[in-house]
Amino acid sequence: MLKNLRRRVSGTTIAMWIIGFILLVVVIVGVVRTLMIGKYTGADWTDLFVYGISQGSVYALIALGYTMVYGILRMINFAHGDIFMAGAFFGYFTAIVFEKNGFFDSPTVDGKLVLALVVVTLVAAAGAAGLAILLERIAYRPLRRAPRLVPLITAIGASFFLEYSFLGLFGSGIKGFPEIDALKGRVSIFGVEILKTQVVVIVASFVMLIALWLFVQRSKMGKAIQAVSEDKDAAALMGINVDRSIMITFLVGGALAGAAGVLYALLFRQVYFFMGFFPGLKAFTAAVLGGIGNIAGAMVGGLFLGIAESLFPNLVLDGLGIPAPYQLKDALAFLLLVLVLIFRPTGILGERLATKKA
Amino acid sequence: MALLEATDIHTYYGAIHALKGITVTVDKGEIVTLIGANGAGKTTTLNTICGIYHPRQGTIVLDGEPIHDMPAHTIVTRGLSQSPEGRRVFGRLSVAENLEMGAFTRKDKAGIKRDLERVYELFPRLLERRKQLAGTLSGGEQQMLAMGRALMASPRLLLLDEPSMGLAPMLVDLIFDTIKEINAQGVTVLLVEQNALVALSIANRAYVLETGSIVLSGTGQELLNNPEVMKSYLGID
Ligand SMILES: Nc1ncnc2c1ncn2[C@@H]1O[C@H](COP(=O)(O)OP(=O)(O)OP(=O)(O)O)[C@@H](O)[C@H]1O
Ligand SMILES: [Mg+2]
Repeated sequence: MLKNLRRRVSGTTIAMWIIGFILLVVVIVGVVRTLMIGKYTGADWTDLFVYGISQGSVYALIALGYTMVYGILRMINFAHGDIFMAGAFFGYFTAIVFEKNGFFDSPTVDGKLVLALVVVTLVAAAGAAGLAILLERIAYRPLRRAPRLVPLITAIGASFFLEYSFLGLFGSGIKGFPEIDALKGRVSIFGVEILKTQVVVIVASFVMLIALWLFVQRSKMGKAIQAVSEDKDAAALMGINVDRSIMITFLVGGALAGAAGVLYALLFRQVYFFMGFFPGLKAFTAAVLGGIGNIAGAMVGGLFLGIAESLFPNLVLDGLGIPAPYQLKDALAFLLLVLVLIFRPTGILGERLATKKA
Repeated sequence: MALLEATDIHTYYGAIHALKGITVTVDKGEIVTLIGANGAGKTTTLNTICGIYHPRQGTIVLDGEPIHDMPAHTIVTRGLSQSPEGRRVFGRLSVAENLEMGAFTRKDKAGIKRDLERVYELFPRLLERRKQLAGTLSGGEQQMLAMGRALMASPRLLLLDEPSMGLAPMLVDLIFDTIKEINAQGVTVLLVEQNALVALSIANRAYVLETGSIVLSGTGQELLNNPEVMKSYLGID
């Protein structure tokens, strides 16, 4: 019996390693062939890479909300992608006002433009944070002691509620985020030509990621959130208000998602009620890739997914002779998720998560 | 004068009637111990006093102020803190950060600094390891940290739930010496212990708990001389 079991376990393990090996070979063959064909220039690769970073930093910002809420409540807030969508809407409405008043007209980056963008981002962050807090207060808090499936279903319900509320309020049409003249075209950084919007997105994201990291690791409230994530009763014994800590977690996660909504709108210039679905799912994937509950993991996972999604289709699939590689980038993201779950269920930074839990 | 007066406390876990009318008083400056078999309700008593659970019936008064309706995080600000059963240190935070969390509600920077020095004096081992993650400390060190963390709240009344659990005899002595020292520094102590012999020997007064009710009380010495207590809790005939 025991012998049997052992054989079966090692059998699956062997099968998994074989699959892993085959995948690795396929990847290497794809990469080598792509590079041999030489269809893309160095500039093309830089473009894809930078695009991946900008996309990935937006994923990272959203992923933080998933991972922090998971850390503190052990639930997946599936409505988080729609908080991101709501943030984009709040940003869009604010941006339109600035556009009408000529804040985006200058051909160069000036004080007015910076001010406008900062205000747009702040409004989006504040609106999304407010919505996230409401969601926690109304939909999740009453279910704190319910079985884990219940808040999960509620979260899915909340996601639909938000999507269809925005559909009802603002219609199904895609709204074009105002174009900013000063951010058209490219700028040369260390000799690399990069789209200006991508520079803005990457810089803004990294500033926020660093700010969040400092908040969680250095501030008293950030440490209190970590304490509550680990042991709610013990945290309450310290005088930490557990409900308030949870609220602040939703606030911070919501604010980051709202800001990410604006950055996403800057990149793609499209705002609509369903826009949170895929980025939300990708960010969730990123959070799992990095090890759910792990804050550094969400950042790493987001960047990794963004870059992989951007480079992989051209780098690997092209070489394998697949006709429209770029169409497969979404499939690739979820394939990555499945692979990580099979080979490293705790995520990239999973080991640290495991020891941390002990 | 009584610092803590818990009167006729009834606590339930759903339908389970865990505390059936318990009355416990602790006077300023005392060490009072609560002993009893596994499952008697000792931890439940401490957690009810701390506000983790709320009594369905009965009153808890701390220095004249009723606290039985307050949430746990508010009770701390009234000068009551607990080192919980099983230590429950925050494993992902460093030793120093755990101590910082102990002083979470305090604003008096100078006082916090003074108490931090006091804790490091009581437990020099914590000072050595202040940057280490609490989850990687040994059991004994975690117990020191749990007590130090509770002291960082600058409590008037300190509740200790089985501080000697799972520790080697030498460490047990150290922990009990420290409890006496903390008490000598003016902190009133309510101590729950399995290790009844040592607990009774350092306690001014003691209560014996049995399935949710107080069955005996007296000075530590009285209970030590009580043959029934000897037999049931110390295994001595
Ligand atoms: N969370 C809970 N849910 C249901 N019943 C509980 C819970 N916690 C404790 N009990 C029950 O309440 C009773 C008292 O438990 P308590 O933990 O207070 O005992 P104790 O005296 O501290 O025991 P020990 O010496 O083992 O720590 C026990 O019968 C226990 O099973
Ligand atoms: Mg107990």
